[in-house]
Amino acid sequence: MSGDLKSLIALEKVSLSFSGRAILSEVSFSVSRGEIVTLIGPNGAGKSTVMRIALGLQEPDKGQVRRAPGISIGYMPQKIIIEDILPISTRDFLMLRPGVTLAHVEAVMDLVRISHVGQSPVQRVSGGEMQRVLMARALLGEPDLIVLDEPVQGVDIAGQEELYQLIGKIRREKNCGVLMISHDLHMVMAGTDKVICLNRHICCSGAPENIQDHPEYHALLKGQPKGIALYTHNHDHTHDSQGNVVSGHKSGQSHKSGQSHKSGCRHD
Amino acid sequence: MIDDFILNAIMAGIFVALAAGPLGCFLVWRKMAYFGDTISHSALMGVGLGIALGTGSPWVIMVTCALVSGILLLLQRGGKFSSDTLLGILAHSALSIGLIIIALQESLRQDLMFFLIGDILAIDVRGIFDIGLMSIVALGGLFYIWKPLLSLTVHEDLARVEGVNVLKVKIIYMLLIALLVAFAMQVIGALLITSLMIIPAAAARNFSRTPLQMVFYSMILGSISVIMGIKMSSIWDLPAGPAIVLSAFILFLVGRIVPSRFRA
Repeated sequence: MSGDLKSLIALEKVSLSFSGRAILSEVSFSVSRGEIVTLIGPNGAGKSTVMRIALGLQEPDKGQVRRAPGISIGYMPQKIIIEDILPISTRDFLMLRPGVTLAHVEAVMDLVRISHVGQSPVQRVSGGEMQRVLMARALLGEPDLIVLDEPVQGVDIAGQEELYQLIGKIRREKNCGVLMISHDLHMVMAGTDKVICLNRHICCSGAPENIQDHPEYHALLKGQPKGIALYTHNHDHTHDSQGNVVSGHKSGQSHKSGQSHKSGCRHD
Repeated sequence: MIDDFILNAIMAGIFVALAAGPLGCFLVWRKMAYFGDTISHSALMGVGLGIALGTGSPWVIMVTCALVSGILLLLQRGGKFSSDTLLGILAHSALSIGLIIIALQESLRQDLMFFLIGDILAIDVRGIFDIGLMSIVALGGLFYIWKPLLSLTVHEDLARVEGVNVLKVKIIYMLLIALLVAFAMQVIGALLITSLMIIPAAAARNFSRTPLQMVFYSMILGSISVIMGIKMSSIWDLPAGPAIVLSAFILFLVGRIVPSRFRA
């Protein structure tokens, strides 16, 4: 991966431990232009930590993070609590992104359909609207890479479809890279190019159709109801290049793009 | 006919209020009201150090406040202790050191009350000029860091990812608070300066729909408190500093009581 000019961001053998306890060991992956990478894993698997390291908010103990020089990153945090004592409208909240104009903010509000709450205090918008407000903030400033922390958590099914379609549309139009955490171990967005299954180390990674057959993935699901496997959020029938991922369920499929799995996994 | 010393006091007080309100809004927004106390307690230590060094210069106070802020930033990096614990530790340690230094100096013991509540009625023209200049610098500095400071107040990680130099902006903000406290000591004293930052800002929240409005109203309410307090002080012969704070408190209560349709 080292010589890959297209990769916007690359983690190389990143390890981190807090007071002697390993949180992450030897995590390596990259996100390229136009690529959607989804992180899945159980609670406590270190998904958010990987994301914080990728964003430069946390320094790893070992390993490297390389970002393409001068890239602009749009970040959608998982949850954001703005105290009532700070009076700020949704529009002014979006205007906080450095270097944006009002016209730009209004165009993005239109894109994610939150123009009607532009004047409302940002504390008063509903949960689903807040997700879109945060997504709007991530889309401002023409980002090369969009990093989304559980973008559809707490959003109803219709809203999820809409947000995923929007992410797909932006990826196609702007050709940016997308790195996101899925809140659901069983579901990733249709159009995901690479799923990374994390449990303090990378258990397996590859295209969604390869992951769902991977023994390590099934080991993670142990104790979960039977009959549930990785389901690709299949919303968009016009895009057949992604639309056939769910039907492409073939057992015994080899690991085309996945990294080889290392032994010594702990699954607790 | 208003006496000159009353006019001087009102002018000096308004200059302090104009800087304290906007800086205080960020203390309130960042849930760092206690930071104001930590800095003003450090100021008392600065007074003691200044006298020990043979100078009453506000710059010694400011440098002391800035050093304590720097220690706070360093301690916050460890992440083991929450900010309010660290602020409590620093505030009272600085206060104790200050009181010890002051107690060691015979000449100062009598004047402790002056440093605690100030003496606004003793301000001369030179003092007004200094405080006015401080006010302009503080407001100019805040204007310079307005957008990044607001952004990191709303969400620090988001601001950092979007390219805000968080440490630089925080340091500038702390230096502005240190500047204000150092120069406001004579006007309102170490004990009460935090209230001029917090109370008008909180009172302004009742009428504001945007951050800028809240800053603007905090300046107005702070100035009204100064005028009311000094007026009360001259009529009933009350200590001026506490009377100003009492006035700010009354304005805050009035803002809470007015019918909600007048509120934002």
